[in-house]
Amino acid sequence: MADRATVSREALTAFLLRLADDHLVLGHRLSEWCGYAPMLEEDLAMPNMALDLIGQARALYQYAGEVEGKGRDEDQLAYLRRERDYVNCLMAERANGDFAHTMLRQLYFAAFMEPMWRGMRSSSDAQLAGIAAKAEKEVAYHIRHAGEWVVRLGDGTEESARRMVAAVEALAPHVDELFESDAVTTAVAQAGIAPDPATLRAAFDAVVGPVFAEAGLQWVETPFGRTGGRQGRHSEAMGYLLAELQYMQRTYPGMTW
Amino acid sequence: MSKNQIPLWEVFIRPRNGLAHKHCGSVHAADEVMALQAARDVYTRRGEGTSIWVVPSAAITASDPENKDENFEPALSKVYRHPTFYEIPDEVGHM
Repeated sequence: MADRATVSREALTAFLLRLADDHLVLGHRLSEWCGYAPMLEEDLAMPNMALDLIGQARALYQYAGEVEGKGRDEDQLAYLRRERDYVNCLMAERANGDFAHTMLRQLYFAAFMEPMWRGMRSSSDAQLAGIAAKAEKEVAYHIRHAGEWVVRLGDGTEESARRMVAAVEALAPHVDELFESDAVTTAVAQAGIAPDPATLRAAFDAVVGPVFAEAGLQWVETPFGRTGGRQGRHSEAMGYLLAELQYMQRTYPGMTW
Repeated sequence: MSKNQIPLWEVFIRPRNGLAHKHCGSVHAADEVMALQAARDVYTRRGEGTSIWVVPSAAITASDPENKDENFEPALSKVYRHPTFYEIPDEVGHM
């Protein structure tokens, strides 16, 4: 809580909701594989990772509600906002596509979050530092798991390589959005709460680069990236995702399990 | 995907408070790195282990159940092989 004076309540809440929404939405996407994975081992591995992400989202929502100070709890923040109020990156809400696409997206997001959590471990905000210490170990495994699959699919059969290349092309427009800076990230970085995303690109490249080299994949440059998630402008996929994600709380308000 | 493209691995976990790795099941995986990850995901979800071994199932040579009698019966009648015929002095305590 130190240095709260140097960052506005609004900026910190906005930052926490971005992170929390990323984790909730991507965790939900991963959980959609449960029961459909190509093999039993992955049918456990993907929900394992989904649970890590949703656990991280939960900690972030709880804290965001506390910082916001309007009496909203984790369930209200996770399940009862409108589409335009979600501020996750667009990559997270993309439909899963095939297994190659899902693993590459997981690698990208984990390679983005790993240096973010590492930076936040020494955050001026003790609560975030605590969340980061736990999350950092979880995300390290996500990098390893997704990375090993990207290598094996990229350097596998003709079909797996074709699917991996297609995934690289499909996700390319979504990478730059992760590293966007704005007034919120600047304020949070200046208060020593979290690294500015723009400073994490080198660490991301240091993880993804060697995986691509081993997988025989080429990085694809796109003329322009997709953006807007941090302002609540989502793709068509988001409405369908929220319909399923929010169904239970909207149908049985306040239900607990 | 044909099954024999993904080999089977036997998984051994060392529990938190145990000394030896114990066999706990098997996983399918393309190679040893993926087998370790699969074993971690399938068999250590409830904090069961502190160490994992994976071994290609094909590398295990097993005794033939048909030879059960000739392998194991002869030992049953040799009770003197059990160290139960000694008086243990009290000073030794629990062994």
